[in-house]
Amino acid sequence: MSGHVVSWKIYLAVFAALAALTGVTVLVTGYDFGPLNLIVALGVAVTKASLVVLYFMHARYSPRLTGVVIASGLAFFVILVFLILTDYLSRPWPLTAAG
Amino acid sequence: MSEAAHHPSLQHHFVDLEQQREAASLGMWVFIAQEVLFFGGLFASYAVYRHQYPAAFSAGSHHLSWRIGFANTLVLIGSSLTMAMAVHSAAVGKSRRAVGFLLATILLGSVFLGVKYFEYGEKIRPCFGDGPYSGCLVPGERFDASAVHLSGDEGRHSQIFFSLYFGMTGLHALHMIVGIPIILTVATLAWRGAYGPRYHTPVEMVGLYWHFVDIIWIFLFPLLYLIGAH
Repeated sequence: MSGHVVSWKIYLAVFAALAALTGVTVLVTGYDFGPLNLIVALGVAVTKASLVVLYFMHARYSPRLTGVVIASGLAFFVILVFLILTDYLSRPWPLTAAG
Repeated sequence: MSEAAHHPSLQHHFVDLEQQREAASLGMWVFIAQEVLFFGGLFASYAVYRHQYPAAFSAGSHHLSWRIGFANTLVLIGSSLTMAMAVHSAAVGKSRRAVGFLLATILLGSVFLGVKYFEYGEKIRPCFGDGPYSGCLVPGERFDASAVHLSGDEGRHSQIFFSLYFGMTGLHALHMIVGIPIILTVATLAWRGAYGPRYHTPVEMVGLYWHFVDIIWIFLFPLLYLIGAH
């Protein structure tokens, strides 16, 4: 891996893409997509994060084991959020008894 | 054993520099996976309360300046670029240039923290003294819901937004405050000539950490600053 050196031009391109996507995420708040607002915002953020992981963090050029660690980290994050939401979204809110 | 065994940075329990580098990288990625879950608890709380109190979250978010958040996002992405360039410079043997890029990363990180200090000050300063605490946005007795144009229950609920705002951005800023002295240490070692094309693992590892901190902000910016149509 130490033999794999990425051209610095790729880093500049990734930076330009990240800056442009930051602009996009601000611009789309000028439009109301209703419940899709959050999906659009998260979609742009996930795209930006993927660019950082793949290129700045070299995941694209790393051993498969690195990919397994990344995937398991994300899988456990999804489990965490999913199980918490199945609990909270099925509760009778607001909890008036608790004030 | 190849000539790599004689490299001064190779520790005796590794076969060669490549194995040592992969072990360090794997350890760093496991740490980052753990960090995802560390921040994950806060993101999960955010999801629960934003779903429960959409109006309070929207009002709280509108109070934050998206212009400042936008500018700070560009600063932090810029610091990720200089960090990537520092790793690249070290990998091609340009140690002095790597030091320059590391220092630029520290500078941009400090600008980000300076802006954050200004943003926090605006919300915290009115909470001191004898009152009337108008504009105080620290959750608690002195919290001024009228600053986010809310009252009653919704006003109280907006305190949860600001709890998460301070908690999430504070934990993120703490990671940067931890990262800056580490970058400075690596920069000092690079200046002394500790790294070259064959061994520059510490530069790569601090780079992974810094990029991860950047990713957290990539999510915090839209979730905190950009709720609802502006």
